[in-house]
Amino acid sequence: MLDIFIFETVKQIEQLEELIISSEKSNSYTQNAINEIFRIMHTIKGSAAMMLFDNIAALSHSIEDLFYFLREEKPHGIDYSTLSDLVLEGVDFIKVEVEKIKNGHKADGDAALQSKKISEFLAVLKKHNTSGKALPNDKHTEDIKRQYYISQDKRTTISGSNAFKVLLHFEDGCEMENIRAYSVVHNLKDITKELHYIPEDILNNNESAEVIRMEGFTVYIKTDLSYEEMNEFLMQTIFLKELILTKLDITEAEKSFPNKKNIVLDDSEIEELKLQKKEASPSTAPQQSLISVNVNKLDKLMDLVGEMVIAEAMVIQNPDLMGLELYNFKKAARQLGKITSEMQDTVMSVRMVPISATFHKMHRIVRDMCKKLNKEVQLKLVGEETEVDKNIIEHISDPLMHLIRNSIDHGIEASEERINKGKSQSGTITLSAQNAGSDVIITVKDDGKGLNREKILEKAKEHGLLNKPENELPDKEVFSMIFLPGFSTKDEISEFSGRGVGMDVVVKNIEAVGGSVYVDSTANAGTAVTLKIPLTLAIIDGMNIRVGKAMYTIPTISIRESFRAAEKNIIIDPDRNEMIMVRGRCYPVIRLYEHFKVKTNVTNIPEGIIVMVDNGDDRICIFADKLVGQQQVVVKTLPAYIRKIRKIRSLSGCTLLGDGSISLILDIAGLT
Amino acid sequence: MAELEIQELWEEEDTQKDKFLTFSLGKEYYGIEIKYVTEIVGMQPITEVPELPVYVRGIINLRGKIIPVMDVRLRFKKPLREYNDRTCIIVVDIKDISIGLIIDSVSEVLSIPEGDRVPPPEINKGFSNRYIMSIGKVGNDVKLILDCDKLLNDKDTDSLSIFNKEGE
Repeated sequence: MLDIFIFETVKQIEQLEELIISSEKSNSYTQNAINEIFRIMHTIKGSAAMMLFDNIAALSHSIEDLFYFLREEKPHGIDYSTLSDLVLEGVDFIKVEVEKIKNGHKADGDAALQSKKISEFLAVLKKHNTSGKALPNDKHTEDIKRQYYISQDKRTTISGSNAFKVLLHFEDGCEMENIRAYSVVHNLKDITKELHYIPEDILNNNESAEVIRMEGFTVYIKTDLSYEEMNEFLMQTIFLKELILTKLDITEAEKSFPNKKNIVLDDSEIEELKLQKKEASPSTAPQQSLISVNVNKLDKLMDLVGEMVIAEAMVIQNPDLMGLELYNFKKAARQLGKITSEMQDTVMSVRMVPISATFHKMHRIVRDMCKKLNKEVQLKLVGEETEVDKNIIEHISDPLMHLIRNSIDHGIEASEERINKGKSQSGTITLSAQNAGSDVIITVKDDGKGLNREKILEKAKEHGLLNKPENELPDKEVFSMIFLPGFSTKDEISEFSGRGVGMDVVVKNIEAVGGSVYVDSTANAGTAVTLKIPLTLAIIDGMNIRVGKAMYTIPTISIRESFRAAEKNIIIDPDRNEMIMVRGRCYPVIRLYEHFKVKTNVTNIPEGIIVMVDNGDDRICIFADKLVGQQQVVVKTLPAYIRKIRKIRSLSGCTLLGDGSISLILDIAGLT
Repeated sequence: MAELEIQELWEEEDTQKDKFLTFSLGKEYYGIEIKYVTEIVGMQPITEVPELPVYVRGIINLRGKIIPVMDVRLRFKKPLREYNDRTCIIVVDIKDISIGLIIDSVSEVLSIPEGDRVPPPEINKGFSNRYIMSIGKVGNDVKLILDCDKLLNDKDTDSLSIFNKEGE
């Protein structure tokens, strides 16, 4: 019960945050947004009250009141920035309480202060709007009471459900306004149920053109279409100078149909239109049929599928069948193999979750930091549909947050500085995700001032971390020093950075899921931090090799080529390391039997095989006895006991082969 | 009357109490608490894993599960013996860590009550004392009861020197 409450409340709060931030960005709260926010607060209030979390319920209640007022009265002159701040503060409070509940503590936060602030804001709004209705035309406001009905998410199918008042102004000097007006009416007839227009005699009376020129062409419409659609449609009118589209309550509209003539544009109307721009309706999750599943069940399912793959391999590659001519068996085995791998793929994809949720959380962080630091930053998201394993999502949200904070705090300069440098006034941070082979690559790129090589070197010298002379260090190495724990080029600690912990957290978190972090930067142009995370931890394509009696597996993705080398291509350098020349380039050679101390008879280079593998940036050559074959293997971690004794750098795990024997999986990065 | 019944029930609950699996290593007989023992399997092909202490021989595949195996002889610094068909692997499970122990041969399961167990003599502070929890008397024989925890977790200071040697 509590789990469901927490799960749902968290989801709704995320939705709420997104709504608020996007509304704040466009500086308007559409009717849809207001309704949605109201609905969410109402739901949270209800469920919190049911679970006896009174403080959350009370706070939701005051926010709900506020939005009820916004929904019904549609007041003007709202300070959207303050409104967003208020609501987000409330959201933060609820988030903290939910965290407490999740960890088993009591939800004892005091919402009184927050509620008071909200009710004060509301009181001010109410005062403003009852006195502030001193509009030029009272009669006008009487007619159109601005009653909006709660639009459902799905479109209503009742005919003539929406009523609009359209006021068109044509370009000066375009002549024949009455004909143009008629063509508008003609087009509107197709999509409306009922319409009246002023002036009425547009076809016959040429003086109506004069009226239209002076006062504009007014149409009252009853239609099924939504506001946005009407707007779009009318914006297509040729020679249109100005369009004012107002939504009406049906009964009021009917009343105003007979009496026309006082079509005075008052300020409130213009403001109305400017506020209700054509906005893509907030993406409330499309109601696909979804079901929430306990993650443990998925884990179990994945384990079972993994075992099935191994068992299938054991059947098909059974030593008993070696050398027999089994044509039908092989056909059936192939079919089994196909089905097994499809099942594998499907089960893996069940655990994949699009990364957009995490990315959207970043909006809030960007907004908050921009406000506090007084900088202007835009967050661009690329590739948010990329799917990532659920385990991994939890591990990247923190690192991403740190990286973005770093970008805004260290990287992006203040607006004047940017303009002086000739850059755009607001900085851009691009968060992108893409699939690359068996990894997901996530980049955080900003167009700020880049990493300062000298400063980093200075700090490194201070901490005594330099072991090579400065000018020998390539940029990449210098930049990767920022990942060292405790490293910071900030002179003073601020709320956001300077302690030297952020980057360390990033690296640790990413390495915990088996990924890697790179950073690159160009002075004054920006910095890019790249996170490379393996897509799936459990099943990889591997190439089996034999060394003596032991079998090893190399992930196929790292293999570049394999060949038999000749003795003369081997060079020994002064440090007694072996290297091999391939097409003009030199690569180090690692003899596996030496590295792992395995007994084997194949010690001469020409007798064995060399496999060239990729290790991130470098390539190395591995010397083994022979290549056995390629197969898909299920990665099993080395037993806990062994890992406790010692972390073996060159092995990333082990796997069971078809005949039941164990093959150790090489970790290429660890071999070097 | 009722109290007596409850008492008996309570004692009967732990059917594994005071029961030890005894096995032999060379001339000595060792015992290990039965509650830690998961199964006993015959000798299996072992896959060596590099960079481990010499007494950890490698890993085996036990019906899909990967289990590390330790040669108890080497652990107790006895000379290594050839594995034959009597050699067994006792799979023990301690605090969710599974490990197999390679031993010469398995003997039987004996019940050695508290009274027949005495603490080990303090005299020789040799290595083997670390692993012996108590000494059990069965008839005229003496069984050395092993402390499984120490067996698995004790960081042998000697093993570090083994690493150093390999490093060179």
